[in-house]
Amino acid sequence: MSDYNFAYLDEQTKRMIRRAILKGVAVPGYQVPFASREMPMPYGWGTGGVQVSAACLTPDDTFKVIDQGADDTTNAVSIRKFFEKTAGVAVTERTCEATIIQTRHRIPEDPLTEDQILVYQVPIPEPLRFLEPSEVETRRMHALEDYGLMHVKLYEDISRHGEIATAYAYPVKVEGRYVMDPSPIPKFDNPKLESAALQLFGAGREQRIYAVPPYTKVVSLDFEDYPFDPSKAPHPCALCGAEDSYLDEVITDDKGSRMFVCSDTDFCASRRAAGHVGVAGAEVPA
Amino acid sequence: MYVAVKGGERAIDNAHAWLAEERRGDKDVAELSLAQIREQLSLAVNRVMAEGSLYDPDLAALAIKQARGDLIEAVFLIRAYRTTLPRFGATRPVETGAMDCDRRISATFKDLPGGQVLGPTFDYTHRLLDFALAAEGLDAPDVAEGEAAQAPLPHVTEFLAREDLIQSEPDGPETPRDLTREPLDFPADRPLRLQALTRGDEGFVLSMAYSTQRGYGRNHPFVGELRIGTVPVEMEIPELGFSIEIGEVVLTECETVNQFTGSKTEPPQFTRGYGLVFGQTERKAISMALVDRALRWEELGEDNVGAPAQDEEFVLYHSDNVQATGFLEHIKLPHYVDFQSELELIRRLRAEAMQTGLKDAAE
Repeated sequence: MSDYNFAYLDEQTKRMIRRAILKGVAVPGYQVPFASREMPMPYGWGTGGVQVSAACLTPDDTFKVIDQGADDTTNAVSIRKFFEKTAGVAVTERTCEATIIQTRHRIPEDPLTEDQILVYQVPIPEPLRFLEPSEVETRRMHALEDYGLMHVKLYEDISRHGEIATAYAYPVKVEGRYVMDPSPIPKFDNPKLESAALQLFGAGREQRIYAVPPYTKVVSLDFEDYPFDPSKAPHPCALCGAEDSYLDEVITDDKGSRMFVCSDTDFCASRRAAGHVGVAGAEVPA
Repeated sequence: MYVAVKGGERAIDNAHAWLAEERRGDKDVAELSLAQIREQLSLAVNRVMAEGSLYDPDLAALAIKQARGDLIEAVFLIRAYRTTLPRFGATRPVETGAMDCDRRISATFKDLPGGQVLGPTFDYTHRLLDFALAAEGLDAPDVAEGEAAQAPLPHVTEFLAREDLIQSEPDGPETPRDLTREPLDFPADRPLRLQALTRGDEGFVLSMAYSTQRGYGRNHPFVGELRIGTVPVEMEIPELGFSIEIGEVVLTECETVNQFTGSKTEPPQFTRGYGLVFGQTERKAISMALVDRALRWEELGEDNVGAPAQDEEFVLYHSDNVQATGFLEHIKLPHYVDFQSELELIRRLRAEAMQTGLKDAAE
């Protein structure tokens, strides 16, 4: 596809995005406005992540795309194909082989390394958005570190439900300063936000980029007497038997029978290749 | 028996093939040509050019054909193409006072220099289905021709400006911010708001304008003038040192004359709303003028009554149909993971609630 520049975007646009990324790395958790471009896929389908990936990719990179933890979900396939076509980079489904991983809604189970970049697709970057609809107001609140509204919301959850009723996109505080939306990952993934890898967040429609540099302190918001709990379904994976991975619930018949399997497909496949078998693992070809 | 979800790639390829087949429709029916779309569905072409922010009737026709007539999808195709185009520079501002008008009406003066020119409008047609059109192959009707007016038609608001009855518009910043090259930032100045409105979704801008008419931020608009026609586009070529005409575009311009205001320093004056849109797109241009006027409440010293059309964040963040449709439709994508986390949460909360309820009942 020689009609387009390497990784689709022109070099000036990539420079503009890289500047926003650098600013984001310098001010962890701060949402940097950037002049997001119209991409050939719809807003809300990963255009922010795609632009960040395009600005980071080099011809030597190995690229992996996951959606809901899986490489084979349709939109992950579509984005992977896009970069195969426009950048000609090597692609992989193996977490450990990838240098750049674009993700939607999950952090891979295996710990990432300093040589990897994790790029998140972000729908609504503003953690305060559903408490305050105005962007002018929320930017002011971040500037003044005025996060009282968020704590009141969490407190009201506890008084109404007995616990903080946020199961995904659970807000975090980055390096003791900015409250940040980690994108709609399950709160199970929140502890993995403290990582050796560089984590970049791209919100195309909302024109924001933010970053969590390697080894940055990321704290999930909570109260001393109601500490953060990264819960998951109380089951092992039916295919690989893993007890410590995030699980998808799959309905298997019209009587409501269900099984729980790893959402991270590469993690599950690697475990099965290494001989781990869950209760249903023997029936399903690896 | 659970089978791991595989085959996304094959599913996508098959979906695309099926889509192409559906787009073509019954092969016994002749294929649409781009020229047919451009010439006979020209208002659709105009809308796609306006909201796609790219003046190219042939490309708009192609986008409409490819999108199977879904105009928002066609706008999206044009936008995605537009963003890849190199930028050679900016043209000089177009001079709409020198417009070669096909249509020019004023609702504020019965007659005026240049006269009322009705032009090709649906306005006074009776909306009766014309079954004669269903019989194809009819000869085009003969239409009487007249002499085109030679002199440029003056803007109606100029007559009011001569008496200082309408506010004068100060010159804006030398180079306005470019909505497509800088992130949207608030407060947005008027050039930025007008850029957003002219490419905004026609339905959205229409509804916002309509809401002001029904009382949500009413501003009493009169259509001072609506004009549709061709204007030359000039560009200054640095190597030449002067500007040359590089083409022409059809534009619809609407200037509204709105309720007067006055302040301590200014006696009462009429105020203005402004709409300018690619192609013959008068519903959009009038809507744009009303919303423009509503968004000017602060600069004109009016009260913010909390109307949606007065809220620039609300209007500008929600006017773009490519953004809106993308985000709306993304909820079709898998959300297994976040849904799963909600499932666990609600099961736990229910279990706790049931237990507490049982305990309370026992006590």
